[in-house]
Amino acid sequence: MQAELLEISQHLGRFPPFEGLPEALLDEVAAQVQVSYFKAGTQILELDAENHEFGYIRSGAVEVTRRNGGLYDRLGEGDIFGHFGLMRNHRVRFPAKAMEDTLVYFIPEAMFHRLCDLDEDFADFVEVDRPRLESAVESRKRENDMLATRVRKLVTFAPLMVKASASVQQAACQISDAQGSAVLVLDEPGDRPRYTVEDDEGKLWQVVGILTDSDFRTRVVAEGLSPDTAVSEIVERKLIAIQSDESVQEAMLCMLSNNIHHLPVMQRRSPVGMLHLSDVVRHETQSSLYLVNSIFHQTSIESLAQLAPDVHTAVIRMVHDGADSHMIGMALSAIGRSFMRRLLELAEEELGPPPVAYCFMALGSIARNEQTVVTDQDNALVLSDDFDPALHDDYFMLMARRVSDGLAACGYAYCKGDIMATNPRWRQPLSVWKRYFSEWIEQPSAEGLLHSSIFFDLDPVQGEDSLVEALQDLVSSMAPQHPRFLAAMARNALGRKPPLGFFRTFVMEKDGKHNNSINLKRRGTAPMVDLIRVHALACGSRAQNSFERLDDIDRTQLLASGVSDQLRYAMEFLSMSRIRHQVIDLENEQEPDNNIEPENVTSEERHHLKDAFQTLSNAQKFLKFRYPMTR
Amino acid sequence: MRLQRSRKVPDWHEYLACRRESTEHAILADFFAGADLSPDLLISEAPLMALDLETTGLDPRKAEIVSIGLVPFSLSRIHLPKRRYWVVRPHRVLEPASVTLHHITHADIQGAPRIEEVMPEVLEIMTGHLPVVHYRRIERPFLDVAARSTWGEELSFPVIDTMSLEARIHRQSLVARFKRWIGRPPASIRLHDSRLRYGLPHYHGHHAVVDSLATAELLQAQIAGHYSPDTPISMLWS
Repeated sequence: MQAELLEISQHLGRFPPFEGLPEALLDEVAAQVQVSYFKAGTQILELDAENHEFGYIRSGAVEVTRRNGGLYDRLGEGDIFGHFGLMRNHRVRFPAKAMEDTLVYFIPEAMFHRLCDLDEDFADFVEVDRPRLESAVESRKRENDMLATRVRKLVTFAPLMVKASASVQQAACQISDAQGSAVLVLDEPGDRPRYTVEDDEGKLWQVVGILTDSDFRTRVVAEGLSPDTAVSEIVERKLIAIQSDESVQEAMLCMLSNNIHHLPVMQRRSPVGMLHLSDVVRHETQSSLYLVNSIFHQTSIESLAQLAPDVHTAVIRMVHDGADSHMIGMALSAIGRSFMRRLLELAEEELGPPPVAYCFMALGSIARNEQTVVTDQDNALVLSDDFDPALHDDYFMLMARRVSDGLAACGYAYCKGDIMATNPRWRQPLSVWKRYFSEWIEQPSAEGLLHSSIFFDLDPVQGEDSLVEALQDLVSSMAPQHPRFLAAMARNALGRKPPLGFFRTFVMEKDGKHNNSINLKRRGTAPMVDLIRVHALACGSRAQNSFERLDDIDRTQLLASGVSDQLRYAMEFLSMSRIRHQVIDLENEQEPDNNIEPENVTSEERHHLKDAFQTLSNAQKFLKFRYPMTR
Repeated sequence: MRLQRSRKVPDWHEYLACRRESTEHAILADFFAGADLSPDLLISEAPLMALDLETTGLDPRKAEIVSIGLVPFSLSRIHLPKRRYWVVRPHRVLEPASVTLHHITHADIQGAPRIEEVMPEVLEIMTGHLPVVHYRRIERPFLDVAARSTWGEELSFPVIDTMSLEARIHRQSLVARFKRWIGRPPASIRLHDSRLRYGLPHYHGHHAVVDSLATAELLQAQIAGHYSPDTPISMLWS
């Protein structure tokens, strides 16, 4: 050990990308350091000068600028600079200047490449933009057991199967004999080749649905049907299944969002097992799935409200399990929908059956399946065109009020902008809704645009899904035809700029000023969602979730290759940071919010956030170019 | 009005020429030839060498050298990879008090060479460089004693002393004297305290190489802050 180098290697070891290096390698780096002092205001690297080393700031502060002189970044103790040029043509691409009296350790090029070769994390870190974020996101995923555990691990028995022509009694006997609780129903091959299976004799069948214990109660006994009734008459021809190589988490989300207790497991095209809620719960006690289950067992608003703290417990649990933002967003949205559904069921019990068909529609984050713990209710009612306000509106007004008050009791704050079904404007028949949407798209106005960002994320929650689907169809077919609308949406999406990054314990703004906290929603996830929505609308996508929208965008040539992945990782990192900081607040029994204070951010997270903001900023620039603003 | 006291600097040119003639040892002759840097040489072009000794005490007649650190540098780069370091076994037993100071223990010096064995190499590496020290009253007298016991000849050479540069700025300037006149305590010119004034980081001192590095950084900062790269070395040495 060389004691004189400890001073240097220990300092390096406290900061990324060096912090993960083995000690022997750190000593090797320290042994090659050349040192230089720069008085405040001195140029450290000149634009286009030849360069064969990169700098590490031991003390002081450095300002890095762009080719055009604009501010690129400010760096402090432990930050590195000058490495971009080493990977390109050994010319300085980002000139650097000492903002304060600064001591720099210079590390030679050969060592730089050696570090990149030997240490993957180091290489990822210095590789600009995508890979650094990508590896951060992926390494977090690797740590998660629930994600790694495949569904097939939980499957123990082959599923029971019965032909649709069999009688319900035969089916019931088969279930009883096997001590099971559900059976898959096979019928002649049809339009869903995914569920086509071959039996021992080589004959093809299609799995068309599932019969569970409770179906016998509700569809046979309660309806007074004879035991001879054919299975085909009572089976609902709607099958939700999962592939055996999906994760347990995925299975859980599938059960959550469809509110089902049995999930057939397919291996390619053959059913290999049946997953029951209890299997997953056993695997994942305290899960959000369990919570959804208990939401549907509550019989009053008061008892529903008592479940509110469990929502927080579920989120904390998921974050500790290493779930990603997509999963947490899905789970929280599923929980939110479950509250809405149960409240609607209770309202219908109290008010009687609805006089005309309706669909209760979720808007905003819950429609995108991106809900977080800090959320308010955005919802609306789409009614059948048979709706007659004079006759029916009292009913739906009361229904809306029950749901809205109930949600408020369960911890979902009233919408400040009054975008709720309690507002008569947002409780209208389909034809009126179609008119609203058409006007917003054909004649973009300031107010219309304000609504557009909320209403263009929409999803059915309860009732007649087709009413809301009609609106989704309308948006996806009209939006791509209206460049003026897209340009207006794009302009709207550019309103909120990400901060430049972090400098010491401050968030840095474009003008070089500092802030001591940052609203990750307003400055990060919200502009990202807005931006992705514009592209999705342009592509005619019907997806609501930002990640799924990116999948749709990928199928077009709209974005250059690799860009959507960059956006995905940036979105994931921003969302997860936001969720993690909310969970920290929850655990400290503080009111969670969207703000993070830079002093609570680890230096690693700081670097990744910086990258994510940069990605967002680049994407905004592209948006501006892609949808020119002609006023 | 004179703002600074005139500094009495030995006539290094004359001393070195004289010693070059008088020495009987080739290593010393080379050293004196190499040490004869032109007084007009600009500091930005001078081959500098930070030098630090750890000793068992402050009095060169009683105390001994236990380690030597050398780090070559220029105004633009401190070449840490070219650093040199020797641990030396003193003739007398190490006292516990000095061990706590420089952290060189009995175990470290076990098997280390005597100062007489390393002096030729130390001098060879220093040849052609202008030594930079913090507080010249340690390094020069101790190396003089070492040279006397190695070769039986005296040894001196010009140095840049970052402590005396700091004293010029913070002790002898008009502002400094005025401050003292109104009762302010004088600024500390110890290595660590001097470094703080230039925003240099805290290093755990008392390793001859770390202190050499710290001294080299301090000189870079002093030149950047108070002089210019075009300052001739004769303005700085003593």
